[in-house]
Amino acid sequence: MLVAVLKGGRSLEREVSLRSGANAEAALRRLGHDVLAVDVDQHLVRALRGERPDAAFIALHGKGGEDGTVQELLEILEVPYTGPGVLACERAWDKVVAKAHFATAGVPTPAAVAFSQDAFREMGAGEAIPEIRERLGLPLVVKPAKQGSALGITVARDASQIPGALMSALAYDERVLLEAFVEGRELAVSVIGTAAPWALPVVEAIPRDRDFYDFEARYTPGMTDFVAPARLPDAVAEEAAALALRCFDVLGCRGLGRVDLLLDADDRLWVLEVNSIPGMTDTSLLPKAAEAAGLGFDEVVERILADAALGA
Amino acid sequence: MTSTAPRRGVITVPPTPPSRHRAHETALTPGDSALTPGDSARYDARFASRAAGIVSSVMRDLMSLSERPDIISLAGGFPNTEAFEREIYDEVMEVIAREHLASTLQYGPTEGMGELRERIVDVMAHEGARARVEDIMVTSGGQQAIDLAIRTFVNPGDTVLAEGPTYPGAVPCFTTYEAQVVHVPMDDDGLRIDLVEEALDQLAAEGRPPKLLYTIPSFQNPGGVTMSLERRERLVALAHERELLLVEDNPYGQIRFDGDPLPTLWELDDGAGWVVYLSTFSKILAPGLRTGWVAAPAAVLRKMNLGKQAADLCSSTGSQRFIVEYLRRHDWRDYVARLNGIYRLRRDAMLRALEEEMPPEARWTRPSGGLFVWATLPDYLDTTNLLASAVERHQVAFVPGRGAFLDGRGGDSMRLNYSGVPEAVISEGVRRLGVAVAEMTELHRALGGGE
Repeated sequence: MLVAVLKGGRSLEREVSLRSGANAEAALRRLGHDVLAVDVDQHLVRALRGERPDAAFIALHGKGGEDGTVQELLEILEVPYTGPGVLACERAWDKVVAKAHFATAGVPTPAAVAFSQDAFREMGAGEAIPEIRERLGLPLVVKPAKQGSALGITVARDASQIPGALMSALAYDERVLLEAFVEGRELAVSVIGTAAPWALPVVEAIPRDRDFYDFEARYTPGMTDFVAPARLPDAVAEEAAALALRCFDVLGCRGLGRVDLLLDADDRLWVLEVNSIPGMTDTSLLPKAAEAAGLGFDEVVERILADAALGA
Repeated sequence: MTSTAPRRGVITVPPTPPSRHRAHETALTPGDSALTPGDSARYDARFASRAAGIVSSVMRDLMSLSERPDIISLAGGFPNTEAFEREIYDEVMEVIAREHLASTLQYGPTEGMGELRERIVDVMAHEGARARVEDIMVTSGGQQAIDLAIRTFVNPGDTVLAEGPTYPGAVPCFTTYEAQVVHVPMDDDGLRIDLVEEALDQLAAEGRPPKLLYTIPSFQNPGGVTMSLERRERLVALAHERELLLVEDNPYGQIRFDGDPLPTLWELDDGAGWVVYLSTFSKILAPGLRTGWVAAPAAVLRKMNLGKQAADLCSSTGSQRFIVEYLRRHDWRDYVARLNGIYRLRRDAMLRALEEEMPPEARWTRPSGGLFVWATLPDYLDTTNLLASAVERHQVAFVPGRGAFLDGRGGDSMRLNYSGVPEAVISEGVRRLGVAVAEMTELHRALGGGE
C-alpha cells in the first residue's frame, strides 16, 4: 500500500520529527510498502489529494502534529491515519486537560496549578506564588502546558528560581503548569493497539548527571542509559502497565501512545503525561520497548499502521 | 470538529508483503537503511570520546527553524553573493576551460597552488601584513584554518584563551579537540588585555598555562568590536614577554565601513614568530569557493601541512584556479568596496531599528565593519528561550549568545547579522524582535521583577 509519512512541519520539534519520520519510512519500505515522504507545509492538502495515499503514518511531534490539527485535516480528506483521533490528541497534548482527566479517573498525577500568561499580566498571578509554593512545596516543576521533548521545563529548587522558570515555560506556550516535584525513576510505557490495546514492556531512562530527562538527555546518544525492560518488581511493572492502559482509555486514545511515569521511593507510580505521537528516533523509548517486547521496530510499525483509522 | 460517528476505516495488511514494486526499488535512498532504531546502540560504545562531547542542543534544533520561508533570519552569517557580476564569472570560467582545464581537474599541492600563494601575499600586503610565499598555506575555507590550528597545538585537556564571546564556528573545533577554553571579556576597544594578563597569572598559578590565545581582533564575530591599536601593541608585547602564541583570525579586516585600517597582530609581531595568522576569501570574494589560508612560521606550517594531508590532501584546485584567474584580471578591492557599500547601509538600518525597537535596558555594539551586532538584554531574559517564542510567535530568528561560549554564559545575549538581509527586511526583523523582547520584559514586570 501507499503510505504517506507525515514529518517535519513547523513545530519546535521539527528536527526530532524528521528523525522519527526517517526511521518510520525505512521500516515501511522494508515492510514492502510504497512510501510518500511528506515534510508538512502549506502544500500538504494538495500533496495528499494528488497522491491519494492509502494511509498516513504520522511522525509529527509538537504543535500541529500532536494536538489534533493534522488529524482533523486527515478526517476531512478521509485518509486513515495512525495514532489517536482528534479529540484524544487534544486531550493528551494539553497537560492541564490531561491531568484533569487523570484526576477524575483516579489516576495518580502530581498536584499542579496552571495559569495563562494573561493571569500574570492582567491579574497579578505572580503575587500568588507564595501560596502556590505553600500548596505544592519545593522543588517545583514549571512546564509549558502544551509542548513536547521537555522543552521549556525547569525544576525550581528554591523560590527565587520560580519567576525565571515561569518566563522560560511561557516562552514555549501561553499557559504554564506548576507541578509538585516527584523525586523518582523515569519510566515510560508504550501502548499499541485499538480493539485490545497492549502495553509494551516498561522502559526506564536514566539520564547521566542531569536534573531530569531533559532535551539533551533525550536526544544525545550515550547521555542516557536505557533499561528495557526496566528492572522492577513484577507487581510494579504490572501496575505501570495497567495504569498506562487506564490513561490510554481515559483520554480516548487508539492505535498508539506513550505514557510517561515516575516511580517514587515508596514504589508509588505517578503519571506525568501521555504522548499521542511518541518519538521514534534512535534514542527514543518506543523502539526500545519494541525490542524488549521481542517484536522489533518493523513489527511495531506494521502494527501501528494496521490500526490506522478514521473517526474517534 | 468532525463528527464522532464510528466510521472506522481499519486497514488490513497482508502478512508477507513483497510488493510488486520492490524489485526495481533496490537503489538505496538514505531512508532505505536496513538498520532499525534499536541498532543504534551498537555505535554508542564505539563513538570516540571527542564525538561523545558533541551534544544535541535545543538551540541547534531551534536554529534549524530559521530556514523556514516565513521567518526573517538575522541568524545567518552570509556575505552578499548577489553583487558578483555574471560577466566576470563567465570570463574567468572561460579562461579556465581554455587554458587550464586538465590541471584544474587535477590534485594540487597540499600547501596550495604557488600562483595563489603569491596572490595571497599581495592581499595581505594590502593590509600591511608582510609575508613570503613560503609562509602561506592554502586551506579549505578559514574554518579549516581554525581546525588545523587547534588540532596542531591542542591536546585533550589543554587550556586555550579566547574572547568571550568567541566565534560560534570555532566552538565545535574547541570541543572536538577537547580544549578547556577560558573566555576573556571584551569592551568597545576589543579584548581586555589587562584581563588576559590576569588570566595568564591565574592559569600559571594553577599549573595550566594556555597553549594559545585565539582572537579575531577586527570586527570580532560575534562581538562586533575591534581591538584598538594600543591594545594590539600591548597584546603582541605581552605575547613576546610571556611566550604566548597568538592565533589571529582575520576574516573581516577588509570589511571596514568607517575609520582607518589597523595593523594586524602578524604585522606587529614583525617576524618574531608568536603569531599564526588565519584569513579567507569568503568575505572579500565568495564563501562558496571555500578557500582560506594560514600564514605561520615554517615549523608550524610543516605540522599543519601534515594535518591537512590527513584532512583533505589539498584544497579544491578549481576554486584556487578561479581565484588566481580572477585576481589576475580584476581588482578585488573594487569588489570589496562595493560589498562594503551594501553592508554599510544594512548596518545603519540595523542600528537605527535597534534604537527604535529595543527596551532601554538593552545594549548593543556599533561595529565599524564586519557582519554582526552583538546585543545584550536585561539578564533576566534567556535568549535561547526567547528564540523559541521569537520563531513560533514572531517569525524572526537570531543566534542565542550561549552558542558563543563554552562555559554556559551568554544567556542574556544574541548575535544579529546584517550582511545577508536587505534594509527593509532588517527593519521588519528587528521590529518583530522588539515585540518578542517587550513581551518577555512585560512578563518579567508582571512577575514582580525589578521591584
